[in-house]
Amino acid sequence: MITRRAFLLLGVVGTAHAQLPPNIGEIRKKALDEAIRKVVGSNPVRQGRVKLDLPPLIDNGNTVPLSVEVQSPMTAADHVKAIHVFTEKNPQPYVLSAYLGPRAGRARIATRARIADTGIVTAIAQMSDGSFWSDSVKVIVTLSACLEEGLI
Amino acid sequence: MARVVVNVPAEAKRGEVIEIRTLAGHPMETGFRRTQLGELIPRDIIRSLVCTYNGVEVFRADFHPAMAANPLLTFTTVAAESGTLEFRWTGDNGFSATQTAAIKVL
Amino acid sequence: MKFCTVILSALVAAVSHAGEIPSAERRSGYEFMSRETRAMQDDEVTGPAVLWLLDGEALWGKLGCAGCHGDAKASMKGVAARYPALVDGKLVSLEQQVRHKAAPLPSSLAYESRELLALTAYVARQSHGMPIQVNEKTKPLMDRGKDFFHRRQGQLNLACAQCHDDNWGKKLAGNTIPQAHPTGYPIYRLEWQTVGSLARRFRNCLTGMRAELYAPGSPEFVELELYLMWRARGMKLESPAVRP
Repeated sequence: MITRRAFLLLGVVGTAHAQLPPNIGEIRKKALDEAIRKVVGSNPVRQGRVKLDLPPLIDNGNTVPLSVEVQSPMTAADHVKAIHVFTEKNPQPYVLSAYLGPRAGRARIATRARIADTGIVTAIAQMSDGSFWSDSVKVIVTLSACLEEGLI
Repeated sequence: MARVVVNVPAEAKRGEVIEIRTLAGHPMETGFRRTQLGELIPRDIIRSLVCTYNGVEVFRADFHPAMAANPLLTFTTVAAESGTLEFRWTGDNGFSATQTAAIKVL
Repeated sequence: MKFCTVILSALVAAVSHAGEIPSAERRSGYEFMSRETRAMQDDEVTGPAVLWLLDGEALWGKLGCAGCHGDAKASMKGVAARYPALVDGKLVSLEQQVRHKAAPLPSSLAYESRELLALTAYVARQSHGMPIQVNEKTKPLMDRGKDFFHRRQGQLNLACAQCHDDNWGKKLAGNTIPQAHPTGYPIYRLEWQTVGSLARRFRNCLTGMRAELYAPGSPEFVELELYLMWRARGMKLESPAVRP
Protein backbone atom coordinates (compact mmCIF):
# COMPACT_ATOMS: atom_id res chain seq x y z
CA MET A 1 0.00 0.00 0.00
CA ILE A 2 1.64 3.29 -1.09
CA THR A 3 1.51 6.05 1.48
CA ARG A 4 -0.10 9.36 0.61
CA ARG A 5 3.24 11.09 1.09
CA ALA A 6 5.01 8.70 -1.26
CA PHE A 7 2.23 9.04 -3.84
CA LEU A 8 2.42 12.86 -3.79
CA LEU A 9 6.21 12.83 -3.93
CA LEU A 10 6.14 10.50 -6.92
CA GLY A 11 3.68 12.81 -8.67
CA VAL A 12 5.78 15.91 -8.06
CA VAL A 13 9.04 14.29 -9.11
CA GLY A 14 7.42 12.71 -12.17
CA THR A 15 5.96 16.02 -13.34
CA ALA A 16 9.17 17.88 -12.67
CA HIS A 17 11.16 15.31 -14.64
CA ALA A 18 8.75 15.43 -17.55
CA GLN A 19 8.99 19.24 -17.69
CA LEU A 20 12.80 19.46 -17.50
CA PRO A 21 14.37 20.79 -20.70
CA PRO A 22 16.52 18.23 -22.55
CA ASN A 23 20.09 18.19 -21.32
CA ILE A 24 21.72 19.50 -24.48
CA GLY A 25 25.20 19.04 -23.09
CA GLU A 26 24.54 15.38 -22.40
CA ILE A 27 22.97 14.81 -25.82
CA ARG A 28 25.95 16.34 -27.58
CA LYS A 29 28.45 14.41 -25.47
CA LYS A 30 26.66 11.20 -26.40
CA ALA A 31 26.68 12.15 -30.08
CA LEU A 32 30.42 12.88 -29.92
CA ASP A 33 31.19 9.57 -28.20
CA GLU A 34 29.04 7.74 -30.75
CA ALA A 35 30.77 9.47 -33.67
CA ILE A 36 34.21 8.60 -32.32
CA ARG A 37 33.12 5.03 -31.67
CA LYS A 38 31.96 4.71 -35.30
CA VAL A 39 35.47 5.64 -36.41
CA VAL A 40 37.61 3.70 -33.92
CA GLY A 41 35.31 0.82 -33.05
CA SER A 42 36.49 -0.85 -29.86
CA ASN A 43 40.16 0.05 -30.41
CA PRO A 44 41.92 2.23 -27.84
CA VAL A 45 42.77 5.79 -28.79
CA ARG A 46 46.16 6.93 -27.56
CA GLN A 47 47.24 10.53 -26.99
CA GLY A 48 50.27 11.51 -29.04
CA ARG A 49 51.81 11.62 -32.54
CA VAL A 50 49.03 14.01 -33.55
CA LYS A 51 49.34 17.79 -33.32
CA LEU A 52 46.07 19.74 -33.57
CA ASP A 53 46.58 23.46 -33.97
CA LEU A 54 43.88 26.03 -33.52
CA PRO A 55 43.73 29.37 -31.71
CA PRO A 56 42.88 29.01 -28.00
CA LEU A 57 40.83 32.23 -28.14
CA ILE A 58 38.58 32.48 -31.17
CA ASP A 59 37.44 35.82 -32.66
CA ASN A 60 34.40 34.32 -34.30
CA GLY A 61 33.23 30.72 -34.17
CA ASN A 62 32.01 30.82 -37.78
CA THR A 63 35.48 30.53 -39.25
CA VAL A 64 38.24 28.96 -37.18
CA PRO A 65 41.51 28.08 -38.94
CA LEU A 66 42.78 24.69 -37.82
CA SER A 67 45.51 22.31 -38.88
CA VAL A 68 46.37 18.72 -38.01
CA GLU A 69 49.80 17.17 -38.43
CA VAL A 70 50.64 13.53 -37.64
CA GLN A 71 54.13 12.12 -37.16
CA SER A 72 54.46 9.33 -39.68
CA PRO A 73 57.02 8.18 -42.28
CA MET A 74 54.13 7.91 -44.79
CA THR A 75 55.55 4.81 -46.44
CA ALA A 76 53.48 2.02 -47.88
CA ALA A 77 54.16 -0.03 -44.75
CA ASP A 78 53.58 2.74 -42.22
CA HIS A 79 51.31 5.67 -42.97
CA VAL A 80 48.28 7.63 -41.85
CA LYS A 81 45.12 6.34 -43.49
CA ALA A 82 42.76 9.01 -42.24
CA ILE A 83 42.47 12.08 -40.05
CA HIS A 84 39.13 12.81 -38.37
CA VAL A 85 38.28 16.05 -36.59
CA PHE A 86 35.46 16.34 -34.06
CA THR A 87 34.06 19.09 -31.89
CA GLU A 88 31.98 18.57 -28.75
CA LYS A 89 29.63 21.55 -28.61
CA ASN A 90 28.32 21.75 -32.18
CA PRO A 91 24.85 20.45 -33.09
CA GLN A 92 26.62 17.51 -34.71
CA PRO A 93 30.15 16.38 -33.84
CA TYR A 94 31.86 15.75 -37.21
CA VAL A 95 34.01 18.43 -38.81
CA LEU A 96 36.10 16.69 -41.44
CA SER A 97 37.40 13.28 -42.44
CA ALA A 98 40.49 13.32 -44.67
CA TYR A 99 41.75 10.14 -46.32
CA LEU A 100 45.48 10.07 -46.98
CA GLY A 101 47.92 7.32 -47.91
CA PRO A 102 51.59 6.94 -48.80
CA ARG A 103 51.21 9.27 -51.81
CA ALA A 104 50.51 12.16 -49.42
CA GLY A 105 54.16 12.32 -48.44
CA ARG A 106 53.26 14.09 -45.23
CA ALA A 107 50.25 13.79 -42.94
CA ARG A 108 49.23 17.42 -42.71
CA ILE A 109 45.91 19.06 -43.46
CA ALA A 110 44.56 22.52 -42.78
CA THR A 111 41.05 23.92 -43.01
CA ARG A 112 38.61 26.40 -41.45
CA ALA A 113 35.92 25.04 -39.16
CA ARG A 114 32.80 26.20 -37.37
CA ILE A 115 33.12 25.88 -33.61
CA ALA A 116 29.81 26.71 -31.98
CA ASP A 117 30.86 27.15 -28.38
CA THR A 118 33.73 27.03 -25.92
CA GLY A 119 34.83 23.42 -25.62
CA ILE A 120 37.17 20.72 -26.82
CA VAL A 121 38.13 20.01 -30.42
CA THR A 122 39.60 16.55 -31.07
CA ALA A 123 41.64 15.15 -33.95
CA ILE A 124 42.01 11.37 -34.36
CA ALA A 125 44.48 9.76 -36.76
CA GLN A 126 43.90 6.25 -38.08
CA MET A 127 47.18 4.47 -38.88
CA SER A 128 47.83 1.76 -41.43
CA ASP A 129 48.65 -0.67 -38.61
CA GLY A 130 45.16 -0.21 -37.19
CA SER A 131 46.15 1.98 -34.26
CA PHE A 132 44.44 5.26 -33.37
CA TRP A 133 46.13 8.38 -32.00
CA SER A 134 44.64 11.68 -30.93
CA ASP A 135 45.15 15.24 -29.78
CA SER A 136 42.64 17.65 -28.20
CA VAL A 137 42.57 21.40 -27.76
CA LYS A 138 40.32 23.40 -25.48
CA VAL A 139 39.13 26.60 -27.17
CA ILE A 140 37.22 29.65 -26.00
CA VAL A 141 34.74 31.06 -28.52
CA THR A 142 33.67 34.68 -28.36
CA LEU A 143 30.76 36.21 -30.24
CA SER A 144 30.89 39.27 -32.44
CA ALA A 145 29.26 42.44 -31.19
CA CYS A 146 26.65 44.27 -33.26
CA LEU A 147 24.83 41.74 -35.42
CA GLU A 148 22.17 41.87 -38.16
CA GLU A 149 18.61 42.95 -37.51
CA GLY A 150 16.70 39.92 -36.35
CA LEU A 151 19.72 38.30 -34.73
CA ILE A 152 20.46 40.99 -32.11
CA MET B 1 29.96 26.60 -61.87
CA ALA B 2 30.89 27.98 -58.47
CA ARG B 3 34.15 29.81 -58.09
CA VAL B 4 36.97 27.55 -56.90
CA VAL B 5 40.66 28.21 -56.39
CA VAL B 6 43.43 25.64 -56.57
CA ASN B 7 47.06 26.43 -55.81
CA VAL B 8 49.60 23.85 -56.97
CA PRO B 9 53.27 24.64 -57.62
CA ALA B 10 53.90 24.74 -61.37
CA GLU B 11 57.14 22.80 -61.00
CA ALA B 12 58.62 20.40 -58.45
CA LYS B 13 61.49 17.97 -58.05
CA ARG B 14 60.64 14.28 -58.30
CA GLY B 15 59.79 12.93 -54.87
CA GLU B 16 59.31 16.39 -53.34
CA VAL B 17 56.31 16.76 -51.03
CA ILE B 18 54.22 19.65 -52.39
CA GLU B 19 51.50 21.60 -50.62
CA ILE B 20 48.16 21.95 -52.38
CA ARG B 21 45.74 24.65 -51.29
CA THR B 22 42.09 24.58 -52.35
CA LEU B 23 39.22 27.01 -51.78
CA ALA B 24 35.61 26.58 -52.88
CA GLY B 25 32.92 29.26 -52.91
CA HIS B 26 29.93 27.76 -51.12
CA PRO B 27 27.71 28.97 -48.24
CA MET B 28 27.80 25.55 -46.51
CA GLU B 29 24.29 25.94 -45.13
CA THR B 30 24.35 23.77 -42.01
CA GLY B 31 20.75 22.70 -41.85
CA PHE B 32 20.54 23.91 -38.25
CA ARG B 33 19.66 27.55 -38.93
CA ARG B 34 16.11 28.85 -38.84
CA THR B 35 14.41 31.72 -40.64
CA GLN B 36 12.87 34.59 -38.71
CA LEU B 37 9.58 32.69 -38.89
CA GLY B 38 11.15 29.62 -37.31
CA GLU B 39 11.36 27.45 -40.41
CA LEU B 40 14.40 25.25 -40.71
CA ILE B 41 16.70 26.20 -43.58
CA PRO B 42 17.59 22.89 -45.24
CA ARG B 43 21.16 21.60 -45.26
CA ASP B 44 23.09 22.47 -48.41
CA ILE B 45 26.78 21.70 -48.17
CA ILE B 46 29.71 20.39 -50.14
CA ARG B 47 29.98 16.71 -49.16
CA SER B 48 33.30 15.68 -50.65
CA LEU B 49 36.50 16.75 -52.32
CA VAL B 50 38.51 14.26 -54.38
CA CYS B 51 41.93 14.90 -55.87
CA THR B 52 43.33 12.66 -58.60
CA TYR B 53 46.84 12.75 -59.97
CA ASN B 54 46.99 11.56 -63.57
CA GLY B 55 43.77 9.73 -62.91
CA VAL B 56 44.81 8.10 -59.63
CA GLU B 57 43.08 9.22 -56.43
CA VAL B 58 45.64 10.65 -54.04
CA PHE B 59 43.40 12.48 -51.59
CA ARG B 60 39.78 12.45 -50.54
CA ALA B 61 37.91 14.35 -47.83
CA ASP B 62 34.37 14.20 -46.42
CA PHE B 63 33.00 17.62 -45.48
CA HIS B 64 30.46 18.09 -42.71
CA PRO B 65 28.29 21.10 -41.72
CA ALA B 66 30.98 22.11 -39.23
CA MET B 67 33.26 23.12 -42.09
CA ALA B 68 33.22 26.90 -42.46
CA ALA B 69 31.53 28.62 -45.42
CA ASN B 70 33.75 28.95 -48.49
CA PRO B 71 35.72 25.93 -47.32
CA LEU B 72 39.48 25.85 -47.46
CA LEU B 73 41.34 22.57 -47.55
CA THR B 74 45.12 22.29 -47.66
CA PHE B 75 46.90 18.97 -48.01
CA THR B 76 50.08 17.48 -49.46
CA THR B 77 51.07 15.04 -52.15
CA VAL B 78 54.34 13.64 -53.50
CA ALA B 79 55.39 15.10 -56.86
CA ALA B 80 55.60 11.72 -58.58
CA GLU B 81 55.47 12.61 -62.29
CA SER B 82 54.55 15.41 -64.65
CA GLY B 83 50.89 15.63 -65.51
CA THR B 84 47.56 16.89 -64.30
CA LEU B 85 45.95 17.11 -60.92
CA GLU B 86 42.17 17.14 -61.03
CA PHE B 87 40.00 18.41 -58.18
CA ARG B 88 36.33 17.59 -57.90
CA TRP B 89 33.92 18.97 -55.29
CA THR B 90 30.47 17.37 -54.99
CA GLY B 91 27.64 18.24 -52.66
CA ASP B 92 23.94 18.54 -51.93
CA ASN B 93 21.42 19.57 -54.58
CA GLY B 94 23.64 18.28 -57.34
CA PHE B 95 26.51 20.63 -56.54
CA SER B 96 29.57 19.92 -58.61
CA ALA B 97 32.73 21.89 -59.33
CA THR B 98 35.99 20.84 -60.94
CA GLN B 99 39.37 22.39 -61.47
CA THR B 100 42.60 21.10 -62.94
CA ALA B 101 46.21 22.10 -62.44
CA ALA B 102 49.24 21.07 -64.46
CA ILE B 103 52.50 20.15 -62.79
CA LYS B 104 55.91 19.69 -64.27
CA VAL B 105 58.09 17.26 -62.32
CA LEU B 106 61.81 17.51 -62.96
CA MET C 1 42.02 70.80 1.04
CA LYS C 2 43.52 67.58 -0.30
CA PHE C 3 40.09 65.94 -0.10
CA CYS C 4 38.57 68.76 -2.24
CA THR C 5 41.28 68.36 -4.88
CA VAL C 6 40.60 64.67 -5.13
CA ILE C 7 36.85 65.22 -5.58
CA LEU C 8 37.40 68.02 -8.10
CA SER C 9 39.82 66.01 -10.23
CA ALA C 10 37.45 63.05 -10.13
CA LEU C 11 34.60 65.28 -11.32
CA VAL C 12 36.72 66.73 -14.11
CA ALA C 13 37.77 63.24 -15.19
CA ALA C 14 34.15 62.10 -15.21
CA VAL C 15 32.88 65.05 -17.23
CA SER C 16 35.66 65.29 -19.83
CA HIS C 17 35.90 62.54 -22.43
CA ALA C 18 38.69 61.32 -24.66
CA GLY C 19 37.51 63.14 -27.83
CA GLU C 20 39.06 62.41 -31.21
CA ILE C 21 41.72 59.72 -31.30
CA PRO C 22 45.19 61.29 -31.59
CA SER C 23 46.78 60.61 -34.97
CA ALA C 24 49.61 58.53 -33.53
CA GLU C 25 47.21 56.28 -31.63
CA ARG C 26 45.07 55.35 -34.62
CA ARG C 27 44.98 51.63 -35.29
CA SER C 28 43.19 49.64 -37.96
CA GLY C 29 40.68 46.94 -37.00
CA TYR C 30 43.35 44.53 -38.26
CA GLU C 31 45.37 45.12 -35.11
CA PHE C 32 42.49 44.11 -32.86
CA MET C 33 42.12 40.68 -34.46
CA SER C 34 43.87 37.45 -33.52
CA ARG C 35 46.97 36.31 -35.37
CA GLU C 36 44.98 33.59 -37.15
CA THR C 37 42.28 35.99 -38.40
CA ARG C 38 44.97 38.35 -39.65
CA ALA C 39 46.53 35.46 -41.53
CA MET C 40 43.22 34.92 -43.32
CA GLN C 41 43.27 38.52 -44.49
CA ASP C 42 46.91 38.29 -45.55
CA ASP C 43 46.37 35.05 -47.48
CA GLU C 44 46.36 36.32 -51.07
CA VAL C 45 45.78 32.89 -52.58
CA THR C 46 43.13 31.19 -50.47
CA GLY C 47 41.86 33.97 -48.19
CA PRO C 48 38.03 33.92 -48.15
CA ALA C 49 37.72 37.26 -49.99
CA VAL C 50 39.79 35.96 -52.91
CA LEU C 51 36.67 34.35 -54.39
CA TRP C 52 35.06 37.79 -54.71
CA LEU C 53 38.21 39.31 -56.23
CA LEU C 54 38.21 36.65 -58.92
CA ASP C 55 34.51 37.23 -59.61
CA GLY C 56 35.15 40.98 -59.73
CA GLU C 57 37.95 40.54 -62.20
CA ALA C 58 35.66 38.46 -64.43
CA LEU C 59 32.89 41.08 -64.18
CA TRP C 60 35.31 43.85 -65.10
CA GLY C 61 35.63 42.14 -68.45
CA LYS C 62 32.07 40.88 -68.83
CA LEU C 63 30.35 44.21 -68.03
CA GLY C 64 32.62 46.12 -70.42
CA CYS C 65 34.44 48.23 -67.81
CA ALA C 66 37.66 47.51 -69.66
CA GLY C 67 36.25 49.26 -72.73
CA CYS C 68 36.78 52.67 -71.14
CA HIS C 69 39.07 51.91 -68.22
CA GLY C 70 41.38 49.34 -69.74
CA ASP C 71 43.42 47.37 -67.23
CA ALA C 72 42.00 47.98 -63.75
CA LYS C 73 45.41 47.53 -62.15
CA ALA C 74 46.51 50.75 -63.82
CA SER C 75 43.33 52.80 -64.15
CA MET C 76 41.84 52.04 -60.72
CA LYS C 77 45.02 52.55 -58.73
CA GLY C 78 44.33 55.05 -55.96
CA VAL C 79 40.64 55.38 -56.75
CA ALA C 80 39.16 53.60 -53.72
CA ALA C 81 41.48 55.52 -51.39
CA ARG C 82 39.79 58.80 -52.24
CA TYR C 83 36.13 57.81 -52.02
CA PRO C 84 33.47 58.96 -51.06
CA ALA C 85 34.10 61.76 -53.55
CA LEU C 86 32.29 64.61 -55.26
CA VAL C 87 31.17 63.62 -58.74
CA ASP C 88 29.31 66.33 -60.64
CA GLY C 89 28.80 68.17 -57.36
CA LYS C 90 27.20 65.18 -55.64
CA LEU C 91 28.82 63.08 -52.92
CA VAL C 92 29.00 59.45 -53.99
CA SER C 93 30.44 56.31 -52.42
CA LEU C 94 32.56 53.85 -54.37
CA GLU C 95 29.60 51.45 -54.77
CA GLN C 96 27.46 54.27 -56.12
CA GLN C 97 30.14 55.27 -58.58
CA VAL C 98 30.55 51.69 -59.77
CA ARG C 99 26.77 51.36 -60.26
CA HIS C 100 26.49 54.71 -61.96
CA LYS C 101 29.23 53.90 -64.41
CA ALA C 102 27.63 50.66 -65.46
CA ALA C 103 24.98 52.21 -67.67
CA PRO C 104 22.49 50.87 -68.57
CA LEU C 105 22.51 49.55 -65.00
CA PRO C 106 22.31 45.79 -65.00
CA SER C 107 19.72 44.67 -62.46
CA SER C 108 22.38 42.43 -60.98
CA LEU C 109 24.24 45.43 -59.53
CA ALA C 110 21.75 46.04 -56.72
CA TYR C 111 23.17 47.21 -53.41
CA GLU C 112 24.67 44.28 -51.48
CA SER C 113 24.41 41.99 -54.51
CA ARG C 114 27.25 39.58 -55.04
CA GLU C 115 28.11 41.23 -58.34
CA LEU C 116 28.36 44.74 -56.93
CA LEU C 117 30.40 43.55 -53.96
CA ALA C 118 32.75 41.57 -56.19
CA LEU C 119 33.30 44.49 -58.57
CA THR C 120 33.74 46.98 -55.70
CA ALA C 121 36.17 44.63 -53.97
CA TYR C 122 38.16 44.25 -57.18
CA VAL C 123 38.32 48.03 -57.73
CA ALA C 124 39.18 48.69 -54.07
CA ARG C 125 41.91 46.06 -54.17
CA GLN C 126 43.78 48.14 -56.74
CA SER C 127 44.39 50.74 -54.00
CA HIS C 128 45.69 48.17 -51.53
CA GLY C 129 48.39 49.67 -49.29
CA MET C 130 47.69 53.24 -50.39
CA PRO C 131 46.94 56.01 -47.87
CA ILE C 132 43.34 57.16 -47.48
CA GLN C 133 42.79 60.69 -48.76
CA VAL C 134 39.85 63.06 -48.41
CA ASN C 135 39.26 66.14 -50.56
CA GLU C 136 38.98 69.37 -48.50
CA LYS C 137 36.12 70.51 -50.75
CA THR C 138 33.88 67.91 -49.11
CA LYS C 139 34.16 69.54 -45.66
CA PRO C 140 30.52 70.68 -45.27
CA LEU C 141 29.32 67.14 -46.02
CA MET C 142 32.01 65.66 -43.83
CA ASP C 143 30.74 67.83 -40.98
CA ARG C 144 27.29 66.31 -41.38
CA GLY C 145 28.88 62.87 -41.08
CA LYS C 146 30.78 64.07 -38.02
CA ASP C 147 27.50 65.23 -36.43
CA PHE C 148 26.00 61.79 -37.07
CA PHE C 149 28.99 60.14 -35.42
CA HIS C 150 28.68 62.29 -32.31
CA ARG C 151 24.91 62.36 -32.09
CA ARG C 152 23.21 60.18 -29.46
CA GLN C 153 20.76 57.84 -31.18
CA GLY C 154 18.33 55.03 -30.60
CA GLN C 155 16.85 53.33 -27.59
CA LEU C 156 20.20 53.21 -25.84
CA ASN C 157 20.78 56.93 -26.49
CA LEU C 158 24.28 56.06 -27.60
CA ALA C 159 26.60 57.93 -29.94
CA CYS C 160 29.15 56.15 -32.16
CA ALA C 161 31.88 58.30 -30.60
CA GLN C 162 31.17 56.95 -27.13
CA CYS C 163 32.39 53.47 -28.10
CA HIS C 164 34.78 54.18 -30.94
CA ASP C 165 36.47 57.39 -29.74
CA ASP C 166 36.16 57.08 -25.98
CA ASN C 167 36.26 53.35 -25.29
CA TRP C 168 38.13 51.67 -28.12
CA GLY C 169 40.36 48.86 -26.91
CA LYS C 170 37.96 47.97 -24.12
CA LYS C 171 35.59 44.99 -24.26
CA LEU C 172 31.99 44.89 -25.41
CA ALA C 173 30.41 41.50 -24.73
CA GLY C 174 33.73 39.68 -24.94
CA ASN C 175 34.88 41.45 -28.10
CA THR C 176 37.43 44.26 -28.29
CA ILE C 177 35.92 47.56 -29.47
CA PRO C 178 37.83 48.76 -32.56
CA GLN C 179 38.30 52.39 -33.59
CA ALA C 180 35.85 52.13 -36.53
CA HIS C 181 38.19 53.00 -39.40
CA PRO C 182 36.79 51.79 -42.73
CA THR C 183 40.21 50.73 -43.95
CA GLY C 184 39.21 47.44 -45.54
CA TYR C 185 35.81 47.67 -47.19
CA PRO C 186 34.14 45.72 -48.61
CA ILE C 187 35.04 43.18 -45.94
CA TYR C 188 34.68 39.43 -45.52
CA ARG C 189 32.99 39.50 -42.14
CA LEU C 190 33.30 36.15 -40.37
CA GLU C 191 29.94 36.84 -38.73
CA TRP C 192 28.24 37.13 -42.14
CA GLN C 193 30.32 34.33 -43.66
CA THR C 194 30.43 36.44 -46.80
CA VAL C 195 31.67 39.76 -48.19
CA GLY C 196 29.56 42.80 -47.33
CA SER C 197 29.59 46.57 -47.59
CA LEU C 198 30.20 49.35 -45.10
CA ALA C 199 26.48 50.17 -45.24
CA ARG C 200 25.71 46.63 -44.09
CA ARG C 201 28.16 47.03 -41.24
CA PHE C 202 26.60 50.37 -40.26
CA ARG C 203 23.20 48.69 -40.13
CA ASN C 204 24.66 46.06 -37.80
CA CYS C 205 26.07 48.81 -35.53
CA LEU C 206 22.77 50.67 -35.51
CA THR C 207 20.91 47.44 -34.75
CA GLY C 208 23.22 46.98 -31.76
CA MET C 209 22.43 50.52 -30.67
CA ARG C 210 18.70 49.95 -31.24
CA ALA C 211 18.73 52.99 -33.54
CA GLU C 212 17.11 53.77 -36.89
CA LEU C 213 18.56 51.85 -39.81
CA TYR C 214 19.26 53.86 -42.95
CA ALA C 215 19.30 52.37 -46.44
CA PRO C 216 22.49 51.58 -48.35
CA GLY C 217 23.30 54.58 -50.50
CA SER C 218 21.40 56.96 -48.22
CA PRO C 219 23.01 60.39 -47.75
CA GLU C 220 23.36 59.70 -44.01
CA PHE C 221 25.53 56.68 -44.70
CA VAL C 222 27.61 58.27 -47.44
CA GLU C 223 28.29 61.33 -45.26
CA LEU C 224 29.18 59.12 -42.32
CA GLU C 225 31.52 57.09 -44.53
CA LEU C 226 33.14 60.35 -45.65
CA TYR C 227 33.69 61.43 -42.05
CA LEU C 228 35.14 58.02 -41.10
CA MET C 229 37.48 58.12 -44.08
CA TRP C 230 38.61 61.60 -43.04
CA ARG C 231 39.12 60.28 -39.51
CA ALA C 232 41.23 57.50 -41.03
CA ARG C 233 43.15 59.80 -43.40
CA GLY C 234 46.67 58.63 -44.05
CA MET C 235 45.94 55.10 -42.89
CA LYS C 236 46.54 52.39 -45.46
CA LEU C 237 43.70 50.78 -47.37
CA GLU C 238 43.48 47.01 -46.74
CA SER C 239 40.58 46.14 -49.02
CA PRO C 240 39.20 43.57 -49.10
CA ALA C 241 39.83 42.93 -45.41
CA VAL C 242 38.67 40.14 -43.09
CA ARG C 243 36.95 41.14 -39.87
CA PRO C 244 35.21 39.18 -37.09
